[in-house]
Amino acid sequence: MILARGLRKSFGDFEAVKGIDVDVRRGEAFGFLGPNGAGKSSTMRMIASVSPITGGTLEILGMDPATDGPAIRARLGVCPQEDTLDNELNVRDNLYIYGRYFGIPKGEVNSRVDELLEFVSLTEKAKSKVEDLSGGMKRRLTIARSLVNRPDLLLLDEPTTGLDPQARHVLWDQLFRLKQAGVTLVITTHYMDEAEQLCDRLVVMDKGLIAAEGSPRQLIDQHSTREVTELRFAITDETNPHRGVAEKIEDLGRLEVLPDRILVYSSDGEEVIAKAHERGLDPIAVLVRRSTLEDVFLKLTGRTLVD
Amino acid sequence: MSLTLAAGTLRQTDYWWTVFKRTWKGGVITSFVSPLFYVVAMGVLLGGFIDGDPAKLEGATSYLAFIVPGLVATHAMTIAVGETTYPVMGALKWHRTYYSMIATPLEPRHVVAGNLVFVLFRLATACGLFMLVLAPFGVFESWWGPFLAFGAQLLVGMAFAGLVFGYSTRIKSEAAFGVLFRLGVLPLTLFSGAFFPIANLGPWLEWLARLTPLWHGVNLSRMFCLDTVDWMMAALNTTVLIVTIAVGWFWSVSGLRRRLAD
Repeated sequence: MILARGLRKSFGDFEAVKGIDVDVRRGEAFGFLGPNGAGKSSTMRMIASVSPITGGTLEILGMDPATDGPAIRARLGVCPQEDTLDNELNVRDNLYIYGRYFGIPKGEVNSRVDELLEFVSLTEKAKSKVEDLSGGMKRRLTIARSLVNRPDLLLLDEPTTGLDPQARHVLWDQLFRLKQAGVTLVITTHYMDEAEQLCDRLVVMDKGLIAAEGSPRQLIDQHSTREVTELRFAITDETNPHRGVAEKIEDLGRLEVLPDRILVYSSDGEEVIAKAHERGLDPIAVLVRRSTLEDVFLKLTGRTLVD
Repeated sequence: MSLTLAAGTLRQTDYWWTVFKRTWKGGVITSFVSPLFYVVAMGVLLGGFIDGDPAKLEGATSYLAFIVPGLVATHAMTIAVGETTYPVMGALKWHRTYYSMIATPLEPRHVVAGNLVFVLFRLATACGLFMLVLAPFGVFESWWGPFLAFGAQLLVGMAFAGLVFGYSTRIKSEAAFGVLFRLGVLPLTLFSGAFFPIANLGPWLEWLARLTPLWHGVNLSRMFCLDTVDWMMAALNTTVLIVTIAVGWFWSVSGLRRRLAD
C-alpha cells in the first residue's frame, strides 16, 4: 500500500524527514510513533499526496504521488491532526459536500452520509452546526468525513489528541471495526496505549529518522526487559538523592535513576525487590509491572522535553 | 490522471450553493443597499450642485449620469475584494477548509477556479440588479450600452478577484488586509475616475490613474452607458482587463499551490 525508500522532506534549511524506509501492507494497522517534531506529520502529508517529497522515492497504492496525486487521493481517507471541518455548515452538509468533491453522485452520497452518521453515532446531530459539537464529536465527524469515499487506505494523524477517555475508547472501537472491515490504517500518535491497542506494526521516529520498527511485542522484547521495578526511597541527600542506593543495585539490571524513583529493567521484578532488601535497602514504595511500549519509547527518544 | 479544470470546478457546485444560500441576505445589503446610498447621496444630492456640462463630464449630461457607471464598476471591485480577502484567509488559516479540499482529488487550481466562479456569480447578480434599478433614473443613453457596460463591470471585478486572491494566499496575517484596503482599495476608489474625470488630476497623476485596472473598467463602463464609445479605447481597456485577469489567475494558482504544499 505504501512503499518509501530514503524518503526525505525539507523546509528550507530545516530537514523534517531525513531518509526513512517504510512498507505498509494491505489490511494492517501501521503506526508512526514519535515525540513532537519527529517528522510524523510531514511524513503523513507526503503520504496523503499533498506535500511534494524532497528526496527518495514514495509509492502509494502502486502510484507516484508526484504524477498521480488526484488518483491516489481518490482512494485515500485523511483525518488530519487539526479539524478542518467547515464551521459554517451543519454536520450533514460537511459530509455531503465532501463526498461531492470526490465526484460521487448525489443519491449515492446521501445514502453513504446516512450510513456514516449512524456509524459514528451522530445521526441525531445531523442538523447541528459544527461549532456546537464537542471535541469528541468533531473528531468522529472528521473520521466519518474521511470515510465518505470508501477509502482503501485511511490516514489518521493523532486521531485522539485532546479527547477525554470515553471519547478515545469510542474512537478506538470504531477504528477497530474499520480494520476488521479490511481498511488499511496508518496512524500517528504519541499515546503508547493507543499504539498498543491499534497497531499491528509500528515505527518509532525521532528527529526525522526511524529509531526502531516492529510489532509492539517485538519492540518491547528488543528494546526493554520483561518487567520493570519502580523503587521509591525516602530522600536523605537533597543534592543527589539516589547515588548511594543506585550503587548497591546496579548489577540487578539496567537502571534508570530519576529524581523521584529508580527504575530497574530486568526479567524478574520480585527478585529485584528481594535482593534490594537483602542489601539493606528499605524503599518506601515498590511497584513491579510489565514493560510497556512507553518504556521502549522513552528509551529510544529520551526523556528530554521537545518543544 | 488528473481532473479537468471544469470537472473539478463543477464538483464544488454544492458547496458554493450552500455558501450562497447562507450569505445572500447579507449580500443584498452590501451589494445593493449601500451602493444605492452612494447614488442618492453623491449622484442626486451632491450632483445637484454640479453643472451638467458634457464637455467637462466626459460626455455626460448630468453628474448622476457621469457617476453611475463608475460607481457600479467600483462596486464590482469592492465585491471582488471582499470575497477574496477574509474568506480566503479563513479557509487557509482559521477553518483550514482548503486543506481538506485538496485531500480529495481536487487540486489548488480547481479550488481557485471554484472560488472565482463564485465571485463572478456574486458580481453578476449584484451589478445586474444594480444596473436594473438604475435604469429608470434615465442615465443610460442607449438600450444596448448597459449590457456591454455590465460586461465591463464583470471584467474589472474579476481582474481584482484574481489579483487579490493571489495576494491573500501570500500573506501570513490578516493585518496585511489593512494595507490593501487603505493603500489599494481606498485610493483606487477615490482617484480612478469614478467620482470625477481623471483629467482633473493633472497630467502626471492622470497617467498614473490610467495605469490602474479600475480606471480601465470605469472608462469602459462609462463609454458604454453614455454611448460615447471610442472603439479603439474600448479594445485597449478590454485587453488590459483580460490580461490582468490572466495574470491574476496564474498568481492565485501559484500562490495557493505553494501555500498548501507546506
